[in-house]
Amino acid sequence: MTGIALVGAAECDLGKTGRSVLELQVQAVTRALADAGLTLADVDGLATNAVGRFSTTELADQVGLRPAWVDSSFVGGSAFEAYVARAAQAITAGQASVVVVSFASNQRSAKSRSLGGLLEDHLPAAQFETPYAPLYPLSYYAMAAQAYLHRYGLGREHLAHVAVSARDWALRNPKAFRYGAGPLTVDDVLGSDMVSSPLTVADCCLVTDGGGAVVVTSLERARDLAKPAVRLLGYGECTDHTNMSTLDDVLDVGAARAGRAAFARAGLTPADVDVAQVYDSFTITPLLSLEALGLAEPGQAGVLAALGEFGPGGSRPLNTAGGGLSYCHPGQYGVLLLVEAVRQLRGECGDRQVAGAEVALAHGTGGILSHHATVLLGVDR
Amino acid sequence: MTPETDTYLPPSDELSAPWWDATREHRLLLQQCTACGHRQHHPRYVCTRCGATDLGWTPSAGNGVVDTFTVVHRAPRAGVETPYLVARVRLDEGPVLLTNLVEVEPRDDAVSIGTRVTLSWRDLPDGRALPVFAPEGDA
Ligand SMILES: [Zn+2]
Repeated sequence: MTGIALVGAAECDLGKTGRSVLELQVQAVTRALADAGLTLADVDGLATNAVGRFSTTELADQVGLRPAWVDSSFVGGSAFEAYVARAAQAITAGQASVVVVSFASNQRSAKSRSLGGLLEDHLPAAQFETPYAPLYPLSYYAMAAQAYLHRYGLGREHLAHVAVSARDWALRNPKAFRYGAGPLTVDDVLGSDMVSSPLTVADCCLVTDGGGAVVVTSLERARDLAKPAVRLLGYGECTDHTNMSTLDDVLDVGAARAGRAAFARAGLTPADVDVAQVYDSFTITPLLSLEALGLAEPGQAGVLAALGEFGPGGSRPLNTAGGGLSYCHPGQYGVLLLVEAVRQLRGECGDRQVAGAEVALAHGTGGILSHHATVLLGVDR
Repeated sequence: MTPETDTYLPPSDELSAPWWDATREHRLLLQQCTACGHRQHHPRYVCTRCGATDLGWTPSAGNGVVDTFTVVHRAPRAGVETPYLVARVRLDEGPVLLTNLVEVEPRDDAVSIGTRVTLSWRDLPDGRALPVFAPEGDA
């Protein structure tokens, strides 16, 4: 348990916006503050990245703030779950009182995404990986998927069901990129163009603009605001390998360590989670994460996917906004996991609302299973 | 099977120079800790097992197994012809390498996790060579 709460949550414009990163950032920040019933004048802490080399100073300058605390750790799409943890610590320690955690990207409009990733000549991968032409990060997840299916005797259809469930949720979310696209079938996924086996185009997340923000403050202050507070119950993280050959076992996923720390801090067990938002960069990613987090037994996440348990009406609602696979994936998706978790706990999700959701898990994954961060949230009782 | 048309030339540095020099003679080196004997790849400035910074080199016999693999169907850069096999190969000495599998059809049903593989070389235009692997007994 912590004495911290999330009090605001919002998306910036999503999809293909034609807008700049700074404009989308300002949308995210101001909308989340409006959702919280706060203004920029209340903010004294800022956490973001990917604005520029000096992300927090750029954003602070843009919105006219001189924050007492900032964080721009660059660890991949899981950064935002980690920022919430750091914000909680800063608020508890008295260094900040209201922190905005934000992200925005215009990668679809700007066509800035490359299959090969970004080459940094001075790092080991340029010598020991790039010559072999893996797609980055896709081929690493593909190799993890191959190992997962082999170890547990599962097939590509088990992966495909993850994309099918994500689409089913997206059909209930008007903001989802695939909202009007109609249902996806297992055969659709299996028949899509192979990119890096066993993953097809339909096993891979969208490439969209988008982002969002959440506002973090003390539970005490949260209880004076108009909307119900969402309590921060626990958090944990794990930094892991960044080279494709480093890890001895590709299925030894660092989410296990992040999850253990988060559940211990919260005094909860995986069975207490009512709704899970788990980073789905690829269909394999949430399967590996769910098992590592203890939300499924080893080898069983794929089986649960095939039974439809992750979709609407299933026993383990997962990625209820439609996920990175069918809702929005702006490059670093982690902030949107938090936005949806907050909305589910407030009962704001309309057609996709999970009835009676009291505990939500948001779990981010960065890089090539390189960084893992878990946040547990709950209704304020 | 990344083709001859790929013009990517890997950089090298003071740390990796002996490793790359050995490839000119088609010898695969592994870094070995002089304190604890731990073998590791890629080369680092420190032993990841014991923290010692005095590291040497030891030859690999070049035999191992496919740890996992993927058939890549879209190239990350111009000049790379698809499809081709990218794999993690676990050497009998312990360390894992990222590599390409060669002398085998780039199809999912042509290779399996656990397949035994042996070292082969793809020569680079500057005289160095890239260690790649082929199924055992196929060469
Ligand atoms: Zn050592």
